[in-house]
Amino acid sequence: MLKVNDLVVRYGMIEAIKGISFEVNDGEIATLIGANGAGKTTTMHTISGLLKPYSGSIWLDDKEISKIPPHRIVEMGIAQCPERRRVFAQQSVEDNLLLGAYTRKNKEEISKDLENVYTLFPRLLERKDQLAGTLSGGEQQMLAMGRALMAKPKIMLLDEPSMGLSPLLVREIFNIIKDINNQGVTILLVEQNAKMALSIANRAYVIETGRIVMSGTGEELLNSEDIKKAYLGG
Amino acid sequence: MTFLTYLISGLALGSVYAIIALGYTMVYGIAKMLNFAHGDIIMAGGYVAFFAFTKFGLGPFMSILLSVIVSTILGVVIERLAYRPLRQASSLSVLITAIGVSYFLQNTAQLLFGADTKIFPALLTEKSFTLFDGQLTISYLTIITIVTCIIIMIGLTTFINKTKIGKAMRACAEDKGAAQLMGINIDTTISITFAIGSGLAAIAAVLLCSTYPSLSPTLGSMPGIKAFTAAVFGGIGSIPGALLGGLLLGIIENLTKAYLSTQLSDAIVFAVLIVVLLIKPTGLLGKKENVKV
Repeated sequence: MLKVNDLVVRYGMIEAIKGISFEVNDGEIATLIGANGAGKTTTMHTISGLLKPYSGSIWLDDKEISKIPPHRIVEMGIAQCPERRRVFAQQSVEDNLLLGAYTRKNKEEISKDLENVYTLFPRLLERKDQLAGTLSGGEQQMLAMGRALMAKPKIMLLDEPSMGLSPLLVREIFNIIKDINNQGVTILLVEQNAKMALSIANRAYVIETGRIVMSGTGEELLNSEDIKKAYLGG
Repeated sequence: MTFLTYLISGLALGSVYAIIALGYTMVYGIAKMLNFAHGDIIMAGGYVAFFAFTKFGLGPFMSILLSVIVSTILGVVIERLAYRPLRQASSLSVLITAIGVSYFLQNTAQLLFGADTKIFPALLTEKSFTLFDGQLTISYLTIITIVTCIIIMIGLTTFINKTKIGKAMRACAEDKGAAQLMGINIDTTISITFAIGSGLAAIAAVLLCSTYPSLSPTLGSMPGIKAFTAAVFGGIGSIPGALLGGLLLGIIENLTKAYLSTQLSDAIVFAVLIVVLLIKPTGLLGKKENVKV
């Protein structure tokens, strides 16, 4: 479904991504794990078109998308739930969700998906008229995920959904990620919380300072001694 | 009773400032730039209405409509040609470009229409009515100006808060990157913002030229600067702020002219701005900038 080929991304003279390749297959959960500053978010931004690659290519099915502007990429079926959630604090919860469906026209389908999001996240329904900025961190994460889901994506990019949340909430969020995946949405998950990410991933890549240093199934990496030492705390 | 007269005419002047200030504040809110050529769109709008009415013999309504259309297109074209290529540039480059565009428009107007002052025709109305046994005279133009301002404010607030495009504009104002991730086209949104601001500038032009009927290539500079002041005064980026800032500025200016000094009125107006900004740097209704971690 999504294929990244020898991608290089630079900020001016600094090379943040030094030629990475990976792929995400239809219907699976893939994860990109790595420490702070490894280049995970840069990769996500480049897939969504917010950053342009210096070289290399990104493919969605059989279309090259690395030169397509971000708003068209959303239309093509890639939605991103960005790092630090970035909800529109001054708009209501429901307006945030509807902004997620900005590129879509069919009102009936949109209201059906809105219902689906409210079923997945009942707390958002309770707070639908509240300003998004007044929500707690966990609720904002749910809103950001619901908002991405409203684009009716083929693939959803999730950037650090566990950031700043309590362990209990992290578990809840990861269960919902699995639910979303079960609804047929392919997932690319970027995480620092390697243990959680690997436990739900079909496929995993380890990224270190702009390079992919290891890959395998979630289970393989979870059991790898190197990974245990570097990311899982022994 | 004379106080009331000055107050009401100040309110009308303030309404014009408020309409112009909307252009500054919306463009700042969404594109994060100060469009110093905005005042010169007013000038362009004034000339279009003038020629449409006096040379082409169009009616008042058609003249105003033509003025709005031409100004809207002009605003969008300026954004497309002068500002869009600088989207990634530093804000200083954009600011200097805007000043350049301002001089370009003034000089083009001078070349096309001459530097001499033209008398703007009575496009709207010259009639007035009296209240309190003739003690208070109010021109219909004053009423039209204030009512127009109210209609524009209500219309714009509804547009921004209720329509899909309006919500997308607010999303862009808050977080451009996140807005793009929703599939919102930033360039289109900024174009729409310039279109609205420039169309409103044309309406302000007609109201302004009807009140002070002289037309010259530098016509837009002073009202432009004052409206910019009003926008900062009220809190730049805020639509209610533009209204409040505009009205207060107009009233202060008129009352100063009436009771203190005609010559010093501008100095006093700007002094008030300085005082307000010293006490409340974000302006009267300005939001605190959220510092991102």
